[in-house]
Amino acid sequence: MKTLVFAAALLLGSIMPSTAQAQSSALYQQLGERSGIETIVEEMLLGVADDERIAHYFADVDILRLHKLISEQVCNVSGGPCEYTGETMAVSHNNLGINNADFNALVEHLIAAMEQQEVPVSAQNELLALLAPMHRDIVE
Amino acid sequence: MPKRIVFGLSALLIGAVQPALAQQFETPGSRLLATGGASTIEGSGGGGIVPWATLSSYADEGEWGGTAQMTEVQVDDFSLSVQGASINWNNRVEVSYARQQFDLETIGGELEQQVWGVKARISGDLVYGAWPQVSAGVQYKRNQTFALPQAVGAQDDTSTDYYVSAAKAWLAGPFSRTWVANLTVRSTEANQLGLLGFGGDKGDSREWVGEASVAMFVNRYWAIGMEYRQKPDLLSFAKEDDWKDVFVAYFPSKHVSLVGAYADLGSIAGLDSQTGWYLSVQASF
Ligand code: HEM
Repeated sequence: MKTLVFAAALLLGSIMPSTAQAQSSALYQQLGERSGIETIVEEMLLGVADDERIAHYFADVDILRLHKLISEQVCNVSGGPCEYTGETMAVSHNNLGINNADFNALVEHLIAAMEQQEVPVSAQNELLALLAPMHRDIVE
Repeated sequence: MPKRIVFGLSALLIGAVQPALAQQFETPGSRLLATGGASTIEGSGGGGIVPWATLSSYADEGEWGGTAQMTEVQVDDFSLSVQGASINWNNRVEVSYARQQFDLETIGGELEQQVWGVKARISGDLVYGAWPQVSAGVQYKRNQTFALPQAVGAQDDTSTDYYVSAAKAWLAGPFSRTWVANLTVRSTEANQLGLLGFGGDKGDSREWVGEASVAMFVNRYWAIGMEYRQKPDLLSFAKEDDWKDVFVAYFPSKHVSLVGAYADLGSIAGLDSQTGWYLSVQASF
């Protein structure tokens, strides 16, 4: 439990915007800013955890760290005031053996999470279009 | 929130040891909603009248999928009924079958045809990557009511169409909507799909024709679009026109899709400006 609280604090601290980066984009706002993005990523990971097709990839993964890093990344690509502090997509997914079906499965959970959070279709599409090019680095 | 993540983590661990049964029956395949498109009147996966580079069903790498369809077209003096099915292996090869009954409501009589199709994805992916998905296919057609076609000048009761298609999706195209476009070139000698046989008194050789479709997804479940299909014109008894339609497609889930269209089929068997409705239902598994 102690590690969990520590991780939670870390999670909040790391995504706090600094004043210099406070200007934010329309997409970032439509995703619900920092808290909206964290909820979307959380919902997505819950969906992934429940999905037989891909859950096994995450069996040994530090989910709190992953939640923090993906939230940072989504915040960052959507024009929000966040620094992405993780590895490149190529490095972090190297040798995992992720195929096209696995990738689509994760995208499905992302879409479901955005639908649930009532993100407008236009914003959903814009985020998907920003993430889709990562397919090249993630899928083998 | 961390509590929910911990919950998710345990769900994950439980999930990891459970058999894969439930999921398999829940989802027909891993490709994204609507990327299986609809079924064409010739059985191949695509729009309504144009075969697309996409393969039918939702089967992705390492998966099998299938579809069954029923389509009804009603224009001024004719109606067309189609029943068909397809299977998809690995999102690599699609095999399809369709049978068509064409009712000559004003003239009297009925024409029938069967179409077997094979389509292979050659390269690319509809959604990912800079290049379109490219597929090549064949449709082997067998007219089963050749007496009438023969009487008006058709040369053969069987023939094979060859085609190459390219399709691409833009996730956030104009209006931040997802758009899909498909181009198909086909080598054919079919008269009105083959319902009026193959080859004719105006020519007994193959022609290249172009076919195109474009669709915009209004949201995740609804799309609107249009299609255009060039056709040969090989019989002197009646002019054959290009076909076009505007459609609305609904994908409530990966299990079922519905397409409604308004079609302009031009002149058929001497009866001009045939326009009317098209309705298609597809089940995927
Ligand atoms: C657009 C889609 C995706 C994005 C944006 C994304 C993002 C990320 C990020 C930010 C990390 C953390 C990097 C780090 O450790 O520094 C990560 C790790 C990971 N991702 Fe993805 N990912 C995507 C698709 C997938 C898919 C489809 C799978 C598998 C089905 C997957 C499985 C994993 C796993 C297992 C890790 C942990 C690797 C490790 O810690 O050893 N990812 N991803």
